[in-house]
Amino acid sequence: MEPALSYAAYAAAIWLFLIGLYGVVKSRHLVNLCLSLTVVQSSTYVLLTIIGYRPGLPAPIFTDGLKPGSAAVDPIVQALMLTDVVVEATVVALLLAITIKVHRDAGTADPDKVDMMRG
Amino acid sequence: MRRSWRMLLFFAGAAGIVCLFTLAAEPISQPRDVRNRYATAIISETFSQRNITDAVSAVNFDFRGFDTVGEEFILFVSVLGSLVLLRMVEDRKGKVLRDALEPWRDVGPSDAIRLWILAMIAPKVTFGIYIVTHGQLTPGGGFQGGVILATAALILYLGEGFTVFRDVISHPATEIVEGAGALGFVVIGMLAWVWGQPFLTNVLPLGKAHELTSGGTMALISISTGLEVAAGFILLLYAFLQENLSPVEET
Repeated sequence: MEPALSYAAYAAAIWLFLIGLYGVVKSRHLVNLCLSLTVVQSSTYVLLTIIGYRPGLPAPIFTDGLKPGSAAVDPIVQALMLTDVVVEATVVALLLAITIKVHRDAGTADPDKVDMMRG
Repeated sequence: MRRSWRMLLFFAGAAGIVCLFTLAAEPISQPRDVRNRYATAIISETFSQRNITDAVSAVNFDFRGFDTVGEEFILFVSVLGSLVLLRMVEDRKGKVLRDALEPWRDVGPSDAIRLWILAMIAPKVTFGIYIVTHGQLTPGGGFQGGVILATAALILYLGEGFTVFRDVISHPATEIVEGAGALGFVVIGMLAWVWGQPFLTNVLPLGKAHELTSGGTMALISISTGLEVAAGFILLLYAFLQENLSPVEET
C-alpha cells in the first residue's frame, strides 16, 4: 500500500477525534454535545480498525476455505470495537436521558446556562 | 470559564495531540510481529483449542470473556440509569396520554405499509436469532443479533404506533429478560467453579467444529448477551417513546 494512503486512516481518526472535541467545546445545546461525543467515540473505531489491519490478509473467520490458524487481521481490536458500538449506543441513551432531565429541571439545555449547583 | 479562553485551551490541546499522534503513527504496511503476538496466538489457537471458526467471538465470549462481563454491565447500568431518569413524572400520572405523533398518524402509514411492516417482523426476529446463535461460526453473536432483535420492536412502533407497541412489549417481562440476560452471563461464568476451575473457564464440551453446538459455553454466553442487548434496547425505546407522550384535555 502507498505510504501516504496508509497514513490517511490515522489522519481520519485524529480528524474525527478533534472535530468531535471541537463540537463538545463549542456546543450550545446538550443534545449537540452528546452527538459530538459520539463523533469523538467513532474516531476510536477508525483507530482500532487500522491498528489491527494487516495488508492483504482476510478477516479472522475460518470458514469458506480459509485454513484454521492461517494468518488474518487482528481479531482482538475487532472484538473491542463491536462490543463498544453496542455499549456506546446505550451510554448515549443515558446521556440523552440526563439531557431530558436537565432540560426539565433547569428549563434550558445550554450547557453554559445550566446552573444546577445553586443552593 | 469564558468561551474565548476555552477555545484557546482547546486549540493548545489539539495542537499537542496532533504533534504526539504524528510521532506515534507508523505506516500500516510495516510488519508488526512483536506487537501482534497476542493476536497471532488467538488466530492460531481459536480453532485448535475451542473448535470454533470465528476468532472475534472467541475473544469476546471466551479468551476475553471477563472484560465482556464488564462491558455488558456498562450496558446494563446505562439502560437502568436511563429508565430511572425517564420515569413518568408526577404531573403526568392519572392523565390521558397521547402520542405526540398521533395527529400525524391519522394520515400516517397506509394499510399496505402496515401490512408490509407486520410481515417483516417474523423475518427480522428469525434473522436476529440466527445471528445470535451463529456467533461462534460466522461473524455475529449476542451483541449484533440483540440489536437486530430490538429493531423488530422498533418497526412495530413505526407501523402501528405507541399504543400497540406498548401492548406488545409487556414491560415487566422485558425487564425480567434483560436482568436474566445479564445474570446468565455471570451464572455461566460461575459454572466453572463446579469443576474447580477459574471464573468463565470454558468447561462445557466443545462439540464438533463447524456445527451449531461447537464452542462450549460460548454459544450460551452469546445467547444470554443477545437476550440482554435486545431487551435493553427495547426498554430504552419504550422509555424514550414514552417521553413523546403528552397529556391531552379530556373531551
